[in-house]
Amino acid sequence: MAEKLVEIKNLKQHFNVGKANEVKAVDGITFDIYKGETLGLVGESGCGKSTTGRSIIRLYDATDGQVLYEGESVHGKKNKTDLKKFNRKMQMIFQDPYASLNQRMKVMDIIAEGIDIHGLAKNASDRKKMVYDLLETVGLNKEHANRYPHEFSGGQRQRLGIARALAVDPDFIIADEPISALDVSIQAQVVNLLKELQEEKGLTYLFIAHDLSMVKYISDRIGVMYFGKLVELAPADELYANPMHPYTQSLLSAIPLPDPNYERNRTRKAYDPAVHNYADGEDVKMREVSPNHFVDCSEKEFAELQDRLAAKK
Amino acid sequence: MEKILQVKDLELSFNTYGGEVKAIRGVNFDLYKGETLAIVGESGSGKSVTTKSIMRLLPEESAEFKNGEILFDGRDLTKLSDKEMQKIRGKDISMIFQDPMTSLNPTMPIGRQITEPILKHQKISKDEAKKVAIDLLRLVGMPKPELRMKQYPHQFSGGQRQRIVIAIALACNPQILIADEPTTALDVTIQAQILELMKDLQKKIDTSIIFITHDLGVVANVADRVAVMYGGKIVEIGTVDEIFYNPQHPYTWGLLSSMPSMDAEDAKLYAIPGTPPDLLDPPKGDAFALRSEYALKIDMEQQPPFFKISDTHMAATWLLHPEAPTVEPPEMVIERMKKFPGSRYYEGSAN
Repeated sequence: MAEKLVEIKNLKQHFNVGKANEVKAVDGITFDIYKGETLGLVGESGCGKSTTGRSIIRLYDATDGQVLYEGESVHGKKNKTDLKKFNRKMQMIFQDPYASLNQRMKVMDIIAEGIDIHGLAKNASDRKKMVYDLLETVGLNKEHANRYPHEFSGGQRQRLGIARALAVDPDFIIADEPISALDVSIQAQVVNLLKELQEEKGLTYLFIAHDLSMVKYISDRIGVMYFGKLVELAPADELYANPMHPYTQSLLSAIPLPDPNYERNRTRKAYDPAVHNYADGEDVKMREVSPNHFVDCSEKEFAELQDRLAAKK
Repeated sequence: MEKILQVKDLELSFNTYGGEVKAIRGVNFDLYKGETLAIVGESGSGKSVTTKSIMRLLPEESAEFKNGEILFDGRDLTKLSDKEMQKIRGKDISMIFQDPMTSLNPTMPIGRQITEPILKHQKISKDEAKKVAIDLLRLVGMPKPELRMKQYPHQFSGGQRQRIVIAIALACNPQILIADEPTTALDVTIQAQILELMKDLQKKIDTSIIFITHDLGVVANVADRVAVMYGGKIVEIGTVDEIFYNPQHPYTWGLLSSMPSMDAEDAKLYAIPGTPPDLLDPPKGDAFALRSEYALKIDMEQQPPFFKISDTHMAATWLLHPEAPTVEPPEMVIERMKKFPGSRYYEGSAN
């Protein structure tokens, strides 16, 4: 398979460590992100998917574990130049385009902020040109550069967020629920834009969302998180056609689809963590059940899943 | 079937500094007893304003009824005094809002919030009202309701809060329940639970539901009939099967095509181009014409009337005029029409 761009190794992110209210938001997850792919991360609110994204980009200091970007650790001590180098390669698009853009700045300065920090523009007219180009790339035009964020609609603001992320010419973009706050018809516009940009610039995405149909549409592979752990990781089509972890099955069975006949027959499966019935000290980890399809399971469950798979064939 | 609510030629405007925003521009629909009518459309299409005008929850200083009537129980709700309206609101017609955190009072125990409408509308003692409230909490699936009556909203999860809001809305066995995006703020698994609960309760107390959402999956799940709104008007209305398997309006086509289906290949997602119309200065003709590749010349000049497709199905588009050219709907819509007997693309039984 393709080259690894980001390697996440046993990443842990705990908050309030040592206090009574310690939260293990992310509790030991391991996965790789390949160059040029879109990896979707899904799960309920509070499962740690956003925290994972934020830890990867060093918005939090990881409690334990490693994040390697092109073989180099993202966390740990770094001098200013090294840090800048990383920040240029990795960018983030946030969920709420109302909160993530500074209301007191003009679009021109919002987008050019990264350009200024990294000194990418030779002079003022070059800077202007870069911003105009970026606006055009995301489907806006240069007249928009002199406006303030409040003059834009939700979909347009999300385009500004994307332009801002693209300004420093990154390779890897973490998109944290970039379409959840938008209307259905606008969602399609933004998703199409993200896909086009990926093809044009060879970007790699980590796409975090809870809208499972959109995630399937945009992702090559999907990881499912539950309570700070990754429970299943598989190619998008495979995950939907053949979900193996009971939590994934429950999550998929809960999605309503725009198809009344299907809806009349859909039955929802509830997930009860007790079904696993793990013994004390049983070794539960991610195992590759079929090629590229990883499931969080014990030795015993692993054997069962493989038997079931063999029976299917 | 018995009509419980009739909205006739409703027109409503907001008077703002910028001028008159024509938020609702002639809306007609009936609500039957025991049914669920879903209203879909993008933000600004007027779906929330329509239901808020039924509840008379719009600010009186800026919102103005221009025309039409809302008939409930033989009375026109647009003409009632505030006092008369208060007797209906929360008793005969009640509402569930999108965000359960802001619709509950954070400083009041939830028990008191549930008994409040009961004590206001019914002549019963406080103790009896408490009993009713506990029963309601049990009905919406809250464990240990006696203990939880004294707790405050922040002590509940999002799904539980929405259950409490539903309990309050159902406290007086309303004839009509208006649910404005009740599950948008919730996770899929919690959303599924709340939808199941609402359907269950509807069977038990035989209430009619107006369900507003922009999630077409949810619509397919809950609705008996669907009204599609665009630019302050209903552009298509029909049974859930008619809207999903035999849609006629180009806007409905666009909506249905912009959702990825689970078995969709990597084809480009259809995105409706442009943005909704400015209702300060609504277009002369069909409001959707500027964003539609199917627009005809007449669409720019004249608003289309409703054309009848079946007894239950109507759409406002000139494409249905006998003299209009026959057009090919988008591919994803043709796929849907193949499942609908009576459509010209029908290919036998879907099962």
